[in-house]
Amino acid sequence: MQPIYDWFRLFYERTGINLNYVYDSFDRARMIKGFWLTIELSVVTIVISIAIGVFGAWLRGSRFTLVRRCVDGFISAFRNTPPLVQIYFFYFGLGYLLPRVMDPATGAMAPMVTNLEWAILSLSLFAGAFNIEIFRAGIEAVPKSMLEAAESLGYTRSQIYWYIVLPLAIRNCLPALGNNLVNLVKTTNLAYAIAVPELMYVSKEIWSDATNVREMMITLLIIYILLVAVLVAGLNRLERALRIPGYIHAGGH
Amino acid sequence: MLRLRDAFSLPLVSASEGALRNWRRTERAGLAALLVVFVCSSAYAATVVSGHDSIPTVLWRWAPLLLWGFLFNLVISALSMALGTVAGVPLGIFQMSPNPLVSRPAILVTQFFRNAPWLVLLFICVLLLPFELRIGTLRIPFPDWVKAVIGFALPAMANVAEIVRGAVLSVPSGQWESAESLCFSRRQTMMQIILPQCIKRMLPPWMNLYSLITMSSVNASVVGVTEMLTITTQVHAAEGSRPELLAPLYSFALICFFIYSYPISKWTEYLELKYQVKE
Repeated sequence: MQPIYDWFRLFYERTGINLNYVYDSFDRARMIKGFWLTIELSVVTIVISIAIGVFGAWLRGSRFTLVRRCVDGFISAFRNTPPLVQIYFFYFGLGYLLPRVMDPATGAMAPMVTNLEWAILSLSLFAGAFNIEIFRAGIEAVPKSMLEAAESLGYTRSQIYWYIVLPLAIRNCLPALGNNLVNLVKTTNLAYAIAVPELMYVSKEIWSDATNVREMMITLLIIYILLVAVLVAGLNRLERALRIPGYIHAGGH
Repeated sequence: MLRLRDAFSLPLVSASEGALRNWRRTERAGLAALLVVFVCSSAYAATVVSGHDSIPTVLWRWAPLLLWGFLFNLVISALSMALGTVAGVPLGIFQMSPNPLVSRPAILVTQFFRNAPWLVLLFICVLLLPFELRIGTLRIPFPDWVKAVIGFALPAMANVAEIVRGAVLSVPSGQWESAESLCFSRRQTMMQIILPQCIKRMLPPWMNLYSLITMSSVNASVVGVTEMLTITTQVHAAEGSRPELLAPLYSFALICFFIYSYPISKWTEYLELKYQVKE
């Protein structure tokens, strides 16, 4: 690897294009760390937001009006407020109200929920609110006759949901879900605002030290676009793998 | 109004739907959720520290300034949306040009700005655009908020382009063919026949996008543009940085955005239903 590092250093000396996160071992280490944190943040929030979506859509079909109304309230509250203010509200507002606990590793008092955890929580809730709507639309697109057939076979309500409705609904809503997840990956960099050392934050640290704003910006754009491209390719594969021959859903695109 | 009687009869809710008919609307549920958060956090905070101004007093004192900041958010988002629409409509039309020299670059630009994270684009515009533009002796200053408007307008432009493309493609091809048979040129068909029909179809997604841009306009505070969130932080500092003020102050901002954005999203839903393409 050393020749490559040296080449980038020479590249900088010749052209003035400073890609210091390649040749400088310190910057390289923090860039890689930031990159993995962004991946972690994306994967964890995607998983939690899908879980919220499935659970919320299930609650949304509840017999109890109050439950349905609570889910509606949750959806409209999160959809109609800015995600950045949500993050601030959770991290600064609620973070202060929670007690501080002893950190077993250092023995010092630390906040009960760290900034990374708050970022994961608020981003998941934000994307989850959208996912509930998406899953609901997918569930509504499942033909009524399927449900009646399942009922006549003696399935219970929750069995119908898990074995009949959900598998079909997931296929119905994959395109919309994909859009939302792409948006979620693009939004994870809002965690920058509460100093979560993900890609954006690390890049800012690097350009503050080395004043190579232009190079870092272009690198950031390329990395994010690649991440989105990988996600889109994965979703397309999933869509193809899940396709049931002959099943054309009602809400088709 | 929700009556106390209803609030305490939770197990009966499913049975007595009629009693709660007036409390149906999601709007109230959402606002109620936010208000509960607001009141609870204020009440909790009030028990923690006494001897300072109470939280309602503080909010009352600063509300005009905070709302002024909110107005700034609205101005930023309206300007970005206007700029994005003006640039996005031609971009969307160029994407469908039969000439690949026009369509290829248009598609590339659209996909690039659609997939780039908004915060990164905002950073690029604020940090890399010059602070003024010189044309001969004319000097056009570029303050931070103008750069932020450009930063929001770029993704808006790409999304508007996609909306235009989707709408034009959804017009039945018979329209093109009958226009051709009436000797309309391609440009005439587009301007006089296709686009006027598209406006209805574009309106709901366009309003959704506007709502998204309004939500993102607070991101400008991250790059130091003065708007509601920046002012909220300053107000917090001016009140002696009491940490118990944070939750009420941020919920105030949340409620402002909710009250503005909720009617828009309901109206969008209504338009979507109204203009739904009948198959």
